[in-house]
Amino acid sequence: MPKVTYILPDGSETTLDARDGDSVMETAVKNGVRGIVAECGGACACATCHVFVADEFADVVGGPGEVEDDMLDGAVTDRREHSRLSCQIKMCADFDGLRVTIAPKQV
Amino acid sequence: MTNKILIIGAGQAGMQIADSLREEGFTGSITMIGDESQLPYQRPPLSKAFLYGEADEESLEFRNQKFYADNNIELVLGDAVVNISTTENGGVATTASGKTIEFDRMALTPGSVPRKLEIAGSDLDGVLYMRSLADARKLKERWEAAKNVVVIGGGFIGLEVAAVATKAGKNVTVLEGADRMMARAVCPFTSEYFKNAHERRGAKITLNARISHFEGANGKVSGVALEDGSVIPAEIVMVGIGVLARTEVANLLGLELANGAILVDEFAQTSNPLVVAAGDAVMLPNPTGSEGLVRLESVQNAVDQAHVAAKTLLGKRESYHALPWFWSDQADIKLQIAGLSTGYDQTVVRGNPDEDSFSVLYYKNGRLIAVDAVNHVSDYMAVRKCLTNAQTIPADAAADSSVALKTLVTA
Repeated sequence: MPKVTYILPDGSETTLDARDGDSVMETAVKNGVRGIVAECGGACACATCHVFVADEFADVVGGPGEVEDDMLDGAVTDRREHSRLSCQIKMCADFDGLRVTIAPKQV
Repeated sequence: MTNKILIIGAGQAGMQIADSLREEGFTGSITMIGDESQLPYQRPPLSKAFLYGEADEESLEFRNQKFYADNNIELVLGDAVVNISTTENGGVATTASGKTIEFDRMALTPGSVPRKLEIAGSDLDGVLYMRSLADARKLKERWEAAKNVVVIGGGFIGLEVAAVATKAGKNVTVLEGADRMMARAVCPFTSEYFKNAHERRGAKITLNARISHFEGANGKVSGVALEDGSVIPAEIVMVGIGVLARTEVANLLGLELANGAILVDEFAQTSNPLVVAAGDAVMLPNPTGSEGLVRLESVQNAVDQAHVAAKTLLGKRESYHALPWFWSDQADIKLQIAGLSTGYDQTVVRGNPDEDSFSVLYYKNGRLIAVDAVNHVSDYMAVRKCLTNAQTIPADAAADSSVALKTLVTA
């Protein structure tokens, strides 16, 4: 199972094993990682699962899709270069070791 | 001193109250009772991703089993409260299986049940509703074999299922009793768009439909008969004509109701000082600050009101103010609503409905109060941010679709 590390707004880190195909958001929420709110449950409708992908993974993970891009424009924490909605990043072997920083404010 | 909290109802609101209690530092016992046997799960995907086969049952779960153990949240699943009494300082509940649970404070998050259509033939196999995982499984079991699907009710749930069925190549007919679709939630312009959009995608839509009865053979539904004598063939009939608040436990406690739902104040407090309530089953003061009581059947309301309810349970009173928002995915049509449009006196349309991308801004006394955005995320987010910050966007300027809404926000 690919691993993903979450860096929380307070600087602490949590590493989890992700089920293949589960999103970075689902993996966090199901395990009770705080800071990712994900009110809409992954429908790309709320922009409350905002993360910053670590620089070294930015290329392999890629950028946001069109809808996600517009959602990020309205996110409560201003978007940065590697901003993504974590519900739209599906975990797979290529992403093993992924590191994401959770945006400080989601709602 | 609150040491033992009982949560009755393990849906979105109940789950959020449990989570928020721990996030707020509550270290006492939390017991959450749900009458379904699965781990608490999300309902919105049932009529969308789950039906498409893009989400399995495990992926619907809010949290994994370990979360409940780690956070010391005791789940009592597949059981229901049949008796409950309170004194000044606490109470005791008895469940159908004979469990006795004592509590100091209690949260009621029972959710709602689909309104049933009681006509001749309504007990035929294949006449289905969509609320629970059990409902969704029934629909899925019959899905492959069904060529003809009739959806009764042109609301969100009905149209979501209709969209999946049309995409799967089935013959789909939507029967709506009113003179337009989703009449309770959107303006006539948006209703008209959705009618045309579903028709363009292959569904047949009948407004002002008058249904007589269901026809069937060997215990299975075979068609829907209308009052004009015509019969529409159907192996699946999906009934989506609204929901009723569940008030069984509220009635046992003698709680005050309003319009058939549990009445709460802005702190999610019921008429019993030990009991808070949140979610679909609740009638609450309008959280946008406007006058009157509202019932909000949405994830956003369940989550945000649950935060308030959890704080009230812990004596940290914080009144509920939030911008309602909502979404509905119907095949390639993404509808997003922010704000409550009730009482609007002006609308502004941006974009082009014929290209499946537009928004309708709602105004009251010259101020922006809500938006329906169809495949128009930038307008949705602009309005959501604007209303959250108690700002507005002048209607005359907004009418120019070539200008980005977010650049027009004013105090």
